[in-house]
Amino acid sequence: MPKVTIDGHEIEVPKGTTILQAARMIGPHVAPPAMCFYTKLKTSGGYCRTCIVKVTKGSAQNPNPMPKPVASCRTEVMDGMEVQNNTSPDLLEARKGVVEFLLINHPLDCPICDQAGECHLQDLGYQNGSEKTRYEFKRREFEKIDIGKYVSLHMTRCIMCFRCVKVADQITDKRVHGVLHRGDAAEISTYIENVIENDFSGNVIDVCPVGALTDRTFRFKSRVWYTKPMEAHRKCDHAKCNGKVRLWFKGEDVLRVTARKDQWGEAEEFICNTCRFEKKRKSDWIIEGPSPISHHSVISTNHYMSLNMAKVEILKHQKALGFIPMKKLDLE
Amino acid sequence: MQLTNRSRVVSNKKQSFAEKAYFPAIIKGMMITMSHLLKKPATIQYPEQVRPMAPVYRGQHILKRDENGAERCTACGLCAVACPAEAITMESAERKKGEENLYREEKYATIYEINMLRCIFCGLCEEACPKEAIFLTDKTVPSEFERGDFVYGKDKLTETLDNTRKVDVSKRQTEEVKEFKKIPGPKHNTLFDKKSLDHKH
Repeated sequence: MPKVTIDGHEIEVPKGTTILQAARMIGPHVAPPAMCFYTKLKTSGGYCRTCIVKVTKGSAQNPNPMPKPVASCRTEVMDGMEVQNNTSPDLLEARKGVVEFLLINHPLDCPICDQAGECHLQDLGYQNGSEKTRYEFKRREFEKIDIGKYVSLHMTRCIMCFRCVKVADQITDKRVHGVLHRGDAAEISTYIENVIENDFSGNVIDVCPVGALTDRTFRFKSRVWYTKPMEAHRKCDHAKCNGKVRLWFKGEDVLRVTARKDQWGEAEEFICNTCRFEKKRKSDWIIEGPSPISHHSVISTNHYMSLNMAKVEILKHQKALGFIPMKKLDLE
Repeated sequence: MQLTNRSRVVSNKKQSFAEKAYFPAIIKGMMITMSHLLKKPATIQYPEQVRPMAPVYRGQHILKRDENGAERCTACGLCAVACPAEAITMESAERKKGEENLYREEKYATIYEINMLRCIFCGLCEEACPKEAIFLTDKTVPSEFERGDFVYGKDKLTETLDNTRKVDVSKRQTEEVKEFKKIPGPKHNTLFDKKSLDHKH
């Protein structure tokens, strides 16, 4: 098993692990940000370059450093490899450049974008970007196309991560959208005005790191940070969907249903369109409790208490021993 | 037991004749009164006379319109999340075709309410606004008889379309703030409306 050192933390990982996955195993303080890589989608990654790291020592056999920053999501670890992420000022400068390039054509219409508050590009820009844009030219524009009643596409916001294309390829049966044209003119489209209709097509919303693909049933309903996320499930008839979702409440109303996201912002399990778009009543769901939300997230400003997981564990043990009644466990 | 030395023994001594006569004390008091008659009064006749106000006085809010009379607010919710008193609530909707002259961007606030009883006039909403839409003015919030009347909706907050009664907020905007809040790139509201043929397939 190769041993790799990232930002001074040594870890032993299985052969074939990428630097990004090894860094994620160590923890969020060393893991590089990723905009296009998605663990559950094969061949994803390698497009956005935000996850670049500096390899200061190639391996134990060949201790030479790699000449350029490498995309950590596509580079496998070698035994004795030494990697710098946050500890290298050069690399952070390089990543700042990458973020600037990602933002060149981004319209920065966060005030009207439904993704604002849970947008990975917002987080990335906040952590690694500069305060001001240096770009003075016209940003690219696209004619808006209608891709169905469930998903709305804002091509101007797209950063070309290809995640939605890979979802359509790997999760759904038939892909009807893809990337047309090249370079600056590249766009996500259905070519002939086509409606994306598939049981799992709604998952493109969850994988989209920016607000390019958003939920049309949630469009302009509320800002993300005024809604309260709750974990819930229902018995779903769909063979591939197990009905475990996150509901976003405003008062008693379910405004939006999404997949549950892990700490890297990736969906834990993909959900079907029936669960996502059709079941918007509280009575459709069995609610498990509030979703864990990071204190750094703007969603937690809404006086939203995240679950104290350690406390829950203790309560569970106490319950198992018969110390406290069931009721107290439901919500904290 | 005496804990502190702050207690005083009350003197109960008999008043002298001069004190009992009261007359010198009355003269002394009247002298003070008379001297104030000749001084400039400390008060003003309020509704007729108004004291000069600071250019950045924080009074009743206004929702500004842009040069073309369209509302600037896009209901982004940043004012409400910045508000320490939680006085602001809003609901948003999508702009329909033909409403371009009413709302500047494709999303607008259908309901925008400020509870003036909750508001502490700190001006953080003004500071948070990315669209230069909300400003505090030098107008004071009038008194009301009902609590519900203090919840100001868009009818009371939005700026009038009458050009002669526009509220000047230029003194509240420093050059640095204007520069910082400048929208980059092409004009924002034209993004999806304009037919750009550059990328047509």
